[in-house]
Amino acid sequence: MEQVIAKETQTAGPSIGIPRKKKRKLTKDHLLVLAFITPSILFITVFVYGFIGWTGYVSLSNWNSLVPDFSYAGLKNYQFLFNDFRFQADLRNTLIFTVLFIGASIVTGQFLAVLLDQKIKGESLFRNIFFFPMALSFVVTGVVWQWLLNPSTGVNLFMKKIGLDSRWYTDTNILAGFQWGKIEFGIPVAIIAVVIAAVWQMTGFSVAMYLAGLRGIPDEVREAARMDGASEFQIYRKIILPLLRPITVSVVIIMAHISLKIFDLIYAMTGSGANFVTDVPGVYMFETTFRGNYYANGAAIAIIMLISVAIFIVPYLISSRKGES
Amino acid sequence: MKKKIWLTIVLVFALMLSACSSSSSSGDSGDKKDSGKLEIFSWWTGAGEEDGLKALIKLFEEKYPDVPIENAAVAGGAGTNAKAVLASRMQGNDPPATFQVHGGAELNEGWVKAGKMEPIDDLYEKEGLNDKFPKDLIDMVSKDGKIYSVPVNIHRGNVLWYNKKVFEENDLEAPTTFDEFFKVADQLKAKGITPLALGDKEPWTATQVFENVLLGKLGAEEYLKLWNGELAFDDPKVVEAIETFKKMLSYINEDHSSRNWQDASQLVAKGEAAMNMMGDWAKGYFVNDLKLKVNEDFGYVATPETEGQFMVITDTFGLPKGVKKADDVKKFLAVLGSVEGQDAFNPLKGSIPARTDADVSKYDQYGKDTMEDFKAAKLAPSLAHGSAAPEGYVTKVNQAVNIFVTQKDVKGFVESLKAASSELK
Repeated sequence: MEQVIAKETQTAGPSIGIPRKKKRKLTKDHLLVLAFITPSILFITVFVYGFIGWTGYVSLSNWNSLVPDFSYAGLKNYQFLFNDFRFQADLRNTLIFTVLFIGASIVTGQFLAVLLDQKIKGESLFRNIFFFPMALSFVVTGVVWQWLLNPSTGVNLFMKKIGLDSRWYTDTNILAGFQWGKIEFGIPVAIIAVVIAAVWQMTGFSVAMYLAGLRGIPDEVREAARMDGASEFQIYRKIILPLLRPITVSVVIIMAHISLKIFDLIYAMTGSGANFVTDVPGVYMFETTFRGNYYANGAAIAIIMLISVAIFIVPYLISSRKGES
Repeated sequence: MKKKIWLTIVLVFALMLSACSSSSSSGDSGDKKDSGKLEIFSWWTGAGEEDGLKALIKLFEEKYPDVPIENAAVAGGAGTNAKAVLASRMQGNDPPATFQVHGGAELNEGWVKAGKMEPIDDLYEKEGLNDKFPKDLIDMVSKDGKIYSVPVNIHRGNVLWYNKKVFEENDLEAPTTFDEFFKVADQLKAKGITPLALGDKEPWTATQVFENVLLGKLGAEEYLKLWNGELAFDDPKVVEAIETFKKMLSYINEDHSSRNWQDASQLVAKGEAAMNMMGDWAKGYFVNDLKLKVNEDFGYVATPETEGQFMVITDTFGLPKGVKKADDVKKFLAVLGSVEGQDAFNPLKGSIPARTDADVSKYDQYGKDTMEDFKAAKLAPSLAHGSAAPEGYVTKVNQAVNIFVTQKDVKGFVESLKAASSELK
């Protein structure tokens, strides 16, 4: 490692002196800034982008046993994954989970934020209550909701009394299912239990975002609308909520990258589930790499996850850069 | 002024480099420490097993006070975490002095095949171990005629645990054949009792039931042929076993996928379910955690049609290549393989000794019975625990079983077993 860094410093050293734009003169401030940024840039280059590259390289190799084998395999590992029952199920689950999770977080987040915005008594108390689950780790949430939604304990004892027998995350049914590839595509009932737990944990975050957004809308806007005879409901529907659209974009981006990479919640709460109804790529990657020693397959899953997150993040980064300049 | 700036830059780099070099130098001192201490790598961190390991280390320290030992156990994931740590250390040529590994494919097709182990035939010779373990067991830790590790303990995988009270109240006998099993199961089901408890949140438990059915239907000899490719997975006998497994699955608890094996054992303990197929670590759970009495609250028989056969799960320790102080490691392995060592470890861990000449009086009734069976029985390596086939294959079987438990598609299951068997060479 030391050697790698030493090399990086050698190659990066001279480039510090080269100013980005020829017209600008290199001032003391620039140099200071560079001096402070360079170490982190180097570390990120090696430990983030270097290892992303490494993972990509492994994903194209034949390393699927305890003995490293870096011979070139082409897209074999990717082909295997997309033909694999488990991975197809993972893609379905991630997609459904992401859509339901983001949708529910936005709706409940907006709803609670609007309620909190009514200048009520004890607002900060409620804000803390809603925000508190955020302080927990997903593992804790997973364990708690595993018990709460366990078919033989928790809320089900109550639900059984009133004649509802729900199997929550042990349910293997797929709603609105149709055959797609090797799997049945649709909404796995079991994933709804996981969505409930995830929304419980993350809603506080979207409440906070929307509340900040609501506070950012000047009172004059509402008053003007009231003068024009709009009802409170109309004000929210026609004026406030459209004004909150940028907040929604941010919430979607942040929630999407959480839900596409989700691992801990699922691992603690349900595991892969019967017939892989609650399996996600993260869990598959962990098991195939560290239990099965399929390092190249695991690396390929990691790269697919990276690309799926990038689909959300990169356009956002580009548009926010444009906004800056 | 400019000088100052360059000085800052230089300082920053110097700091960076020193940060790196200090971490690597601490790595060096770590190595020095390692070469001084024998690092015993395992995943024995649970209640009884940790005590067993400590007793073993204590025994060794009494015998060799000049060889310091370091207990490098890694907790969690039923060994998965430890195996991940071990894999990266072995690949980085930084092996622990010795490490826990299941006898069979996990050792032979994993580390021995990768060229990471030293043969220890001379140790067996010196300590006279060759006739102290059953021959089948020595075969499980040998590859190409060379022996690579010392077995410490034996767990039995093909045990059917049943709730005695439930069986007595309903006037039932513990089943020994598949016909009896289904007869008993039907009677229990009619009474509203779950016949068979299963907790397959982690799918290996279902794989374990499957391998016991395979053993019962095929017998140990044919069962062994599955793993060296002599018997195909679409053989009619295998398909028959799968059909039987499928029928068994219609007698399990509905919430099986939310339970782990302990939760499933609880169902049997409480009498909500009548039977449970689990390795004999379940006895430790029944006795120590649930405070039940052997042969009073719960009873045990071999799983259907496996009487006289023994599904073996054995923890062994070997000598990795490139370890400094290999002689000290061998001293430790010798203690592991001695009667004293095995009798210090196993009663606490709740397993039986791998040696057939250990002191029977130190074990409870279940242990005594099992030791008796172990001497005479035909040994079969467990698939679910990585002894019959490489880990990669086991992972794929676990996946196929997980799908089968829900879909019950025999044809699809046979196909995925066949497809995965390209891993068996």
